[in-house]
Amino acid sequence: MTKSAEIKTHREPFFHVVKRDDMPTYMAWLIRVITIAVAFIIVGILSSVVTGKPFIETYDIMFQGVFGRIFEGRTTMLWKYLQEIAVLLVLALALTPAFKMKFWNCGAEGQALMGGLASIVCMIELGDKLPYPVLVAVIAVTSILAGAVWGVIPALFKAWFNTNETLFTLMMNYIATQIIKYYVYIKGGGSNVINPVSYGNFPAVGMNDYFVNIMIAIFATVLMFVYLKYSKQGYEISVVGESQNTARYIGINVKKVIIRTMLISGAVCGVAGMMLVAGKDHSINQNTVGGQGFTAILMSWLGQFNPFIMVFMTAIVVFLRIGVAKVADASYLNSSFSEIMVGIVILMLVGCEFFINYSIKFRSKKEANL
Amino acid sequence: MKKIIALVLAALMLFSFAGCGSNDTSSDAPAKSDLKVGFIFLHDDQSTYDKNFMDAAKAACEEMGVKYVQKTQIPESKDCYDAAVELIEVEGCEVIFADSFGHESFLIDAAKKYPDVEFCHATGTQAHTAGVENFHNAFASIYEGRYLAGVAAGMKLNEMIEAGEITEDKAKMGYVGAFTFAEVISGYTSFYLGAKSVCPSVTMDVKFTGSWYDEQAEKEAAQALINGGCVLISQHADSMGAPTACEKANVPNVSYNGSTVAACPNTFIVSSRIDWTPYFKYMIECVMDGKEIDTDWTGTIETGSVVLTDVNEKAAAAGTADKIAEVKAKLLDGSIKVFDTANWTEKGVKLDSYKADVDTDEAFEKDTEVIEDGVFYESKHRSAPYFDIQIDGITLLDTNFG
Repeated sequence: MTKSAEIKTHREPFFHVVKRDDMPTYMAWLIRVITIAVAFIIVGILSSVVTGKPFIETYDIMFQGVFGRIFEGRTTMLWKYLQEIAVLLVLALALTPAFKMKFWNCGAEGQALMGGLASIVCMIELGDKLPYPVLVAVIAVTSILAGAVWGVIPALFKAWFNTNETLFTLMMNYIATQIIKYYVYIKGGGSNVINPVSYGNFPAVGMNDYFVNIMIAIFATVLMFVYLKYSKQGYEISVVGESQNTARYIGINVKKVIIRTMLISGAVCGVAGMMLVAGKDHSINQNTVGGQGFTAILMSWLGQFNPFIMVFMTAIVVFLRIGVAKVADASYLNSSFSEIMVGIVILMLVGCEFFINYSIKFRSKKEANL
Repeated sequence: MKKIIALVLAALMLFSFAGCGSNDTSSDAPAKSDLKVGFIFLHDDQSTYDKNFMDAAKAACEEMGVKYVQKTQIPESKDCYDAAVELIEVEGCEVIFADSFGHESFLIDAAKKYPDVEFCHATGTQAHTAGVENFHNAFASIYEGRYLAGVAAGMKLNEMIEAGEITEDKAKMGYVGAFTFAEVISGYTSFYLGAKSVCPSVTMDVKFTGSWYDEQAEKEAAQALINGGCVLISQHADSMGAPTACEKANVPNVSYNGSTVAACPNTFIVSSRIDWTPYFKYMIECVMDGKEIDTDWTGTIETGSVVLTDVNEKAAAAGTADKIAEVKAKLLDGSIKVFDTANWTEKGVKLDSYKADVDTDEAFEKDTEVIEDGVFYESKHRSAPYFDIQIDGITLLDTNFG
């Protein structure tokens, strides 16, 4: 160290964050996998400390909670697990084109609720009037339209008046919730509950009620991947997301892309609502989507807007959600426990993305000399 | 590369540390029977409604020496069906109980799928018409508890009148309800009739919050009632909103779902609640002995299902506890009927006949005659309440159907 460095009044901060783009893909993935492993170990340790049960038993309970007695050939719980993944995944897929365009659609909850509302209205009002295949087709079309309409309203305002889409979509969620409450009040009479409707239910295939939903999710995943990666529209979405000015310069109609993309985003949310109503509950209330529209935001991000990575991420998060809920129930703990556990893992997953994209440089003598 | 090795090492260290965290858990009490009971709860113990069931489940199962498994946070959707399937197929439960109104249809579906398993449901209305033999409803005659609590309220009003704090025509009570449903209407009407039996000039205002649990809304509703001239408050909602508003304004409060005396030492008079322990014991006993469970089971004061807390002498009128004991004895021997039509009118008319919507159907048709020999028989034709008449003396300031 030279004298001049000591005299210098300006001191380097203790550390600073530097963007890095030199990390090879395999390394990034190694870090992610290790993070997930460590996160699960931490969950195991904390569960074991709180419940007083042996460390390994925690995983056993989690596994049982998710897969049940699968080794005895009972697959009911596995189907339930796949169903939970399917709904969350479709919601995450729905948000992805909007997010890629840097349009912050926080309205998946409301868009899915409106899709679900369309389903239940068709089931109740047209159930005994239309033959089954026609009824299902009508349910599908109206649900998709309802979701699309709920998604495109904020997009229109964004395109025409440059309103803030985050706030707008959030507000639309509240409106959707109130509409559902009102509908339940009309149809539920004094009881505030709509009893399950037997018309227009998705068929059980191979003795399982959720088969159709899971197929829809698989189909949607592949379709969304192809759309984003190989279609012209998918490319336009990327360009608008990168820079609206560039998009305009190369002749893309930005307003049109925003509106079209939100129609798609809302439509896919509507599909999720249909899966919940026609494919699962056969009824509706304001908790039908149950906050998954918000979890989906995280899933889309953690999946780096890649549908196949999203499958992986939702599988992990749903496993954790069901698993820790089972651990909590087995030890008579309340939901705060499961929420904390899921929170820790998600925080670690988000944290590891930070370290993959940035590196922290500490103040060193060498640098001070530069 | 170094960093990765460091990470792996860190992971290994965590593993080895975890090994030390293991505990022995052989502390579970030995079960007297192999029977396993499955409980499905809408929320968890952070909700007073569910906690009331959870405490009873624990007490009943421990007393009967059976194991139980619980599933909390189960929404009123197909998730309830899935939870029942899990409790049966994975846990091996032979009797399933669910605690929320909206669970009912999904539980009936599960009951159809598993005819060898017994299904019990609180607050539901469909068991007597569903025709599913292994599905049962249960409730309690909480209106009797509220009537007794109303007697305590009436005595407090009398004390205020005698002390000259209010005149007879100013004896107005306030009631914070959740929704304008039969369950709530039955509750506030019985409370009012209890008060009226000792203080004939009493009137009552009712406000609804539109939620079973909304502390702020309940507080504001109670405050609005107090501002509107109500000199005593009671409530049918699950938060501490109304009791704490009363304590702050120094207005006497008749509570629900358990004692609030700790938070409201100067204003808490008495509280009624349903104790589910007797039903759970009955349900477990039936399954153990292979007996039929009642399609509709109504807990009463006699079965120990309807209970009152101790009277808080500091806030209650003198002699309240004795009076409650006296009226309770009369309810037990049948000499007092809560909904005796001699004691109330609708639009100035005493009713001789009333059809209530007892059987669940889509048109909410009023299908069953419920007044016999001058008495409205609540909880007779099914366990869940169906009294939904707006009687004279009670003013609804608003309504809320959710």
